[in-house]
Amino acid sequence: MKNINILKPNKDNFRTYLFIGITLVFLGVFDVFLRSFFMVNFLSFLPNLLNFLLPFILGLVGLQMIRLEYSGVKLVDTVNKNINNNIFNAGLTLFIIFITILALPPSLNWMIFDANISGDTKEACVAVEGACWTYIKVWLRRFMYGMYPNEFHWRINTAFIILISFAFVGFFAKGKFKNYLTFYYAIIYPIIAFLIIYFLISGGSFGLEWVETNAWGGLSLTFIVSFFGLIFCFPLGMIFALGRRSELPVIRYISIGYIEFWRGVPLITVLFMSSVMFPMFLPADTFVDKLVRVVAAIVLFEAAYVAEVIRGGLQALPRGQYDAAKSLGMGYWKMQTFVILPQALKLVIPGIANTFLALVKDTPLIFVVGLSEVVGMLQMAKTNPKWLGYAMEGYIFAAVLFWAICYAMSRYSQYLELKYKTDR
Amino acid sequence: MSAIIQMKDVNKWFGDFQVLKDINLEVGEKQKIVVCGPSGSGKSTLIRCINRLEEHQKGKIIVDGNELSERTKDIEKIRAEVGMVFQQFNLFPHLSILDNCTLAPIWVKKTPKKKAEDFAMKQLEQVQISDQASKFPGQLSGGQQQRAALARALCMEPKIMLFDEPTSALDPEMIKEVLDAMVNLAKAGMTMIVVTHEMGFAKEVADEVVFMDEGMIVEKAKTNEFFANPKNERTKLFLSQIL
Repeated sequence: MKNINILKPNKDNFRTYLFIGITLVFLGVFDVFLRSFFMVNFLSFLPNLLNFLLPFILGLVGLQMIRLEYSGVKLVDTVNKNINNNIFNAGLTLFIIFITILALPPSLNWMIFDANISGDTKEACVAVEGACWTYIKVWLRRFMYGMYPNEFHWRINTAFIILISFAFVGFFAKGKFKNYLTFYYAIIYPIIAFLIIYFLISGGSFGLEWVETNAWGGLSLTFIVSFFGLIFCFPLGMIFALGRRSELPVIRYISIGYIEFWRGVPLITVLFMSSVMFPMFLPADTFVDKLVRVVAAIVLFEAAYVAEVIRGGLQALPRGQYDAAKSLGMGYWKMQTFVILPQALKLVIPGIANTFLALVKDTPLIFVVGLSEVVGMLQMAKTNPKWLGYAMEGYIFAAVLFWAICYAMSRYSQYLELKYKTDR
Repeated sequence: MSAIIQMKDVNKWFGDFQVLKDINLEVGEKQKIVVCGPSGSGKSTLIRCINRLEEHQKGKIIVDGNELSERTKDIEKIRAEVGMVFQQFNLFPHLSILDNCTLAPIWVKKTPKKKAEDFAMKQLEQVQISDQASKFPGQLSGGQQQRAALARALCMEPKIMLFDEPTSALDPEMIKEVLDAMVNLAKAGMTMIVVTHEMGFAKEVADEVVFMDEGMIVEKAKTNEFFANPKNERTKLFLSQIL
């Protein structure tokens, strides 16, 4: 018992304990730091296991010594409350700190200090130990635009710039134009977007050369597929969510059937069907572009998920809201538009964001039908005989790209949640 | 006196359970009726049938000359003439108080926005919360919310007002402010059917009191008579418990 009591601080001796404790923790961290960054192990005279574990033990004892409720020092109280409230959590804290310190130098070396970005060929990377970013640099255009002809890349850029500027119209709308914003974003904007992409990226008129969709690819294709996926699957999902809660049996069963069917099949099968089976059922002389078919497949598939998310929100609303709307003389559509859907959609922003993120991250699957967005291009570059052996760099690049896109979407959804928070 | 609401032999079942048994009730124009009775006696269901939030299965309900049935085409039109105040207020939490009040006039009655807003502000003044017009329901106290709900219903300029236990969800000190607003409305000559346990309100305002038990109207009498000289045993028991 006495042993444990030695490590237990009290109000009187806390200053001393705090000083010793912090010193011990600092020593432990310092030892790991030296080992990791400078390959120095000044405790090498100790037996192997003890040598290995000593920083951990020092840290534990140190943390044990500063653990006192309401010590009066604000910083120490925060530390004690959050990461040092018992011996297990203290151990976890140390473990995470040490792992971070140990993992930093090798990864930094690989990614930055030993890496190479100069040169234009694989030969520039032969003598390099770290990452070969030259590979990314050389292939960057392909990763962004796929097999789209180099001299026409400005068409993609212009199209995206126009699209983004049209998307910002909403911020400048004032007065009575504000009432039409929903209409604009739900109906007019998708049409504008389609026309711009059709005439500018696809070309074929206005003196622009036709570029078939097989050549499209890279990040721009990811954007195009996700963009149309998102804007079309949302209204469709909304209709099926309402349909599933309809009082009319025919509409209800059609909605249930639709949702359960699309939720039951894997996306990859749907994509195969859309590109291989679907054309067989069409009359011989009709032709639907592969990209259109793929986007349609994704929209139909994701709409089922969106529908279920929205239905969750509809069901969360108390019955009184329906009663109140009805008692004021509102019919079904007025009630849904002004009372039910605004509240339900607000509730399901996190769920919708979830589904949308999943959609964006599912886009690489269109690779199976021969469309190569950014991961698909990566796959292609990786197997290029001139550039064998740089898969790691490619995947890290793709991971960073997707993470950045998805994180931005996630932040935006959090912003929306705050913006529409009027109660509770 | 012409009856604005007529209920003839109305029956209603929830599954096997009969909630309303042969209800006969006539409410004349500008009449104030208070419905009371133990919980589960079908009071709320009764008044929810009047604007067809619940559907009756047998019998006839005629509101302002229109019979309510499955064949009723413009149920929305009838509902627009029958205002309702709920126990749980049921304000729309995503809209400000003013928007709550103007939503239905603008979209159902097609009143121009400016006019609807002016009228709504007048109604809010009547219930003394015009200073809260731009706030959201979640920022108001229970009593304020219920008065806002009353104003919202009045903005449709209804001929009949239904109250479904309007004070049951309120703290005692807020009950009075809501009752005061209702008394003012009664004095202004509104046709009212009020489900409530507030017997003081009944004594002050009601022309007739209806006592319900187990889905039946057990007793219906002029207010003075009802309190001074109840005939039915169950009414006596109920009054002895509640007064």
